[in-house]
Parts: sequence; C-alpha cells; structure tokens
Amino acid sequence: MKGDTNEQALLKGLAHNDSKAIETIYKENFNMVQSFILNNNGSYDEARDIFQEAMIALYEKAQTESFVLTCQIKTYIYSICRRLWLKRLQQLGRYTTQVDSMEETVAVSEDLEAHEKRNVEFAIMDRALNSLGEPCKSLLEGYYLKKMDMNALAREFGYTNADNAKNQKYKCLMRLKKLFFSQYNIGE
Amino acid sequence: MDDILLLDAVERYLNGEMAPQEREHFENLRKSTPEVDQLVVEHNMFLHQMDAYVAHTNIKHTLHNAHTYLLERGDLNEGGEIPTRGKLIQFWNKYKRVTAIAASVGGVIALFISGLTVYFSSAVNDPKLQQLGKDLEEVKKSQQYQGSIINEVKSKIPVNARLLSGGSGFLIDTKGYIITNAHVLRGTGAIVINSKGKEFKSSIVHIDEQKDLAILKITDDEYNPAKSIPYSIQKSNADLGEEIFTLGYPRNEIVYGMGYLSAKSGFNGDSLSYQIQISANPGNSGAPVFNQNGDIIGILSTRQAQADGVAFAVKSRNIYAVVNDLKKSDTSFEKLKLPTRSTLKGENRKVQISKVEDYVYYVKAYGK
Repeated sequence: MKGDTNEQALLKGLAHNDSKAIETIYKENFNMVQSFILNNNGSYDEARDIFQEAMIALYEKAQTESFVLTCQIKTYIYSICRRLWLKRLQQLGRYTTQVDSMEETVAVSEDLEAHEKRNVEFAIMDRALNSLGEPCKSLLEGYYLKKMDMNALAREFGYTNADNAKNQKYKCLMRLKKLFFSQYNIGE
Repeated sequence: MDDILLLDAVERYLNGEMAPQEREHFENLRKSTPEVDQLVVEHNMFLHQMDAYVAHTNIKHTLHNAHTYLLERGDLNEGGEIPTRGKLIQFWNKYKRVTAIAASVGGVIALFISGLTVYFSSAVNDPKLQQLGKDLEEVKKSQQYQGSIINEVKSKIPVNARLLSGGSGFLIDTKGYIITNAHVLRGTGAIVINSKGKEFKSSIVHIDEQKDLAILKITDDEYNPAKSIPYSIQKSNADLGEEIFTLGYPRNEIVYGMGYLSAKSGFNGDSLSYQIQISANPGNSGAPVFNQNGDIIGILSTRQAQADGVAFAVKSRNIYAVVNDLKKSDTSFEKLKLPTRSTLKGENRKVQISKVEDYVYYVKAYGK
C-alpha cells in the first residue's frame, strides 16, 4: 500500500498549505482536468479556475478532522471538476448535450454543497472587508490576516501607542461584524 | 467604550489569554448574563469565519504560485511556448525507447480509429451540430422501391457521376444565380430542380466555407430567366421573436415550415448566424428563411443534434458579403444584383408561398 500512504502524506501536506505537496498534486492532476475542459467547450483560463476550485474543495475536505478520502485523489478531483464544469456550462448557457467521461467518478454532491456554502461566506466576508474603508481594512487585515502584533501595527499606522491602535481595531471589528452578519443572516 | 472593553474581554477569553481568576469571573458573567453569553458565541463564530477566510486566501495564493511555477518549468502547457529545447532533448534521450514503442502502438490504434471514423462518420465537423444536407446515397437506398419511376425521368446528372448530397437553395438574381450552403455542395458539380420537378444544369461559381455559403449559376439552355424576384434580401438584423417561415426540400417535394427567431446569435455565440425555432430536416440546408413580410432574413444551415427544433440560420447580410467578394474576385459578375424590393408584404401566407415557391430550388450535388 505504498501509493496509499503517499497519497495520505500529500493530503496532509495540502491541509497544511505545504507548497511542495500542492505542487505535486497539481502536476499529477492538472493536465487531465485541462484536457477534459478543453474538450468540452472550455478555455485554458477556465480550466485553471475549475481545477483550483477543486483543489480548494479538496483542501477544505482534508482539513476536517473526520476526513477520510475513500478514493484516489485523482478520481476525487476529476469528479469535482466535472460537476463544477457542467454547472458552469449550464450557467453560461453553452448548451452541450454530452460531456465525455473517460474517467471514473465518485459522488461529490455533499462536498460540493459544503464548499459552495463556504464560498458564499467568503464572498460575504470579502464584501464586508472591502466596504469597511481605510484604515479599518488594513488594520484588521494586519491583525487577523497577517497576525501582526499590536505594537508593530501601531507603528505602521502611526498610532501613538498600542492601546489606541487596539481600541481602533475593536471599533473596526465591530463595524465589520455588523456588516458581515447583516449579509450573512440574509444569506441564511 | 463599554462595548470595546467587553469585546476585548471576549477575545482574550477565546484566545485563552485570561488569568485563571479573571477567567472564572468571566465565566460567571457568561452564566448570569445571556447577552454576554450570546456575544461570546457570536464572536467565536466570527473569529472562526475570519480564520477560514484567511486560510482560503492563503491557499488560493499558494495554488496561484504553484500554477505559475509549474507553467514556467514546462510541466503544464497552456498552448504557449513549449519548454526549452535542452530539456526536450534530455527527455527524448531518456524516453526514446518507450516513445518508439508507444508511437508504433499509437500508430496502429490511430489507423484503426481513423478507419472506423471514415467508415461511420459523415462530414459534419461538430458532433453537436448536424448539417442539414442530405446524404443522397442513403435516401436512394431507402427509396429503391421507387426506382422504376425515378429511372423513367431522364436525369441531367452526368452518366458516370454519383449523387453525393442534396439540399435547398434559392434565386438571388433573375439571371439564374442561386445561393445555398457550402456544405450542401460536396461534390464537383450540381444540378438544381425547381418546385415543378424540372431539372437544370448549373455550375458552382463561388464557395465560402467560412460563412458556409455558396453561389451556383444555372447554365441550362432550357432556363428562362425570371422577370423579377418577389422577395427582398434584408441587410439589417432581424428581431428576436420575429415570426419566420421557410420552404425547402427535405424530400423530393417542396415543404413549408414555420417558427420564430429565438436568438440573435448561433451555436456557441456564433455572430454570423441566428438561432431559430423550427422543425428542420436533412435537406433543409440552404433553404431561405423569410420574415412575415416575405423578406429573406437568413439561410437555414444547421440544427442542434439532440435538441428538438433548435436550428441555425446564416444571417442574410452575409449574402451581400459573399456577393461582394465574388464581384471583387471576378468582374464578369458585376451585373449580379440582389433583390431589394419585396412584393409579398401584407399578403396572406398562402399567396406568399405560391409566389415564392418557384424561386426555391432543390440542389443535388454530384461527384465522380
């Protein structure tokens, strides 16, 4: 079962955002997806989008604690891409009656649903962050995204001390939360 | 300020930054004040949401980098430059034998598949589209029982020639110029037959594969030039929802069909054509598509396989374009003049059809 442990290691690497593991998975699977999409009315750009979307879905799956992949990585990625592409084709109104299927597929509906729900949440967060305005946006990004410490932030933004910066950060955070939840609850 | 202090407390609590005593105090506060409890739950969820968002942003970034990196190394190919030569040669040396074996196996398979393809496929380029030219070999076979009747009519097709395909076409100049689809003319020559069944010899004067249009000229002595053409050929685009009708030859007899314009572009957004809703059959290719007033707005060309009633028509302004091309390439066609006046406006459909049908021809292409 050498292949199996190898795949497990790759998935673990993916879950930790390890660039070596990601490159390996990328290299081994991208061309298959690209030719599938090119053969079915798609472009190079669309192939890249769809493949990366599938990688993110796999990443999300690999992060959950109860994670078990019951099939090969290749099969899983292909299945996700296939579903995503069919959906995209439908949305674009590119009417195709047949999408050729040479590869084996597995059921991925549930995973995709979860993935799409997350995508919606990220989009809401994105909108909320972008409608905050400066310096709130950069301040919060500095603290929560880049994990900078309060003193460094105060220096960078020119606050006289860390406490003032912290106060400001909380004000911004409250606004962000408000923006986020107003959208989020509508989404529900 | 209170809000901020509270938020600070919540965040420190969630991050485990509180001293044991303060923690205990805070937990009591949570228990006694539902608002605080709610704030903790909400904030916890929000922080998780932020973490997930950050992780998502990071993985996207990594993926983007991986893509660029692999593309540079030549592990991926997006139709751009092929990886450097040195690498290719190394690769070649390494895999020479494997390649040789693979190539010979591939060659055999390719031959086999192309054999199969030639055997089974018709000349349609896109499997999702079906050209409406008729494969006359097939028709002939299915009509063998009519053989005796057909043989009685002396055909103008040269004795040794084989019929290859058939479709429709219509007059665009009284001197005998007929327009049809390029894909209808599969062979080396064509004859045209009018709605009364009379055959005329014709020659192919122009083919534009890209627009899928072709022009024929009747060269037969028995052809009497028509006085005038009752329909006009529209230069402008037709409107969505416009009612349309067509006359063509899916069989040996002229057949009428009607429908509507369903989209301003054709298959996959092709701007040269319209999508129309009409029942079209093989043999309808090259048939005129009229609007209510009897103006020609298009030439029926293909239909979507496996989708009922979805067909595509080449826009009529392309007729002007091919005629201009023809005039440019050969000055002897300078006198070719497209009809611009319709005498069909306001007439009822039966009258329109009776006036038009003599100008719609059955096109049969043959080859040696």
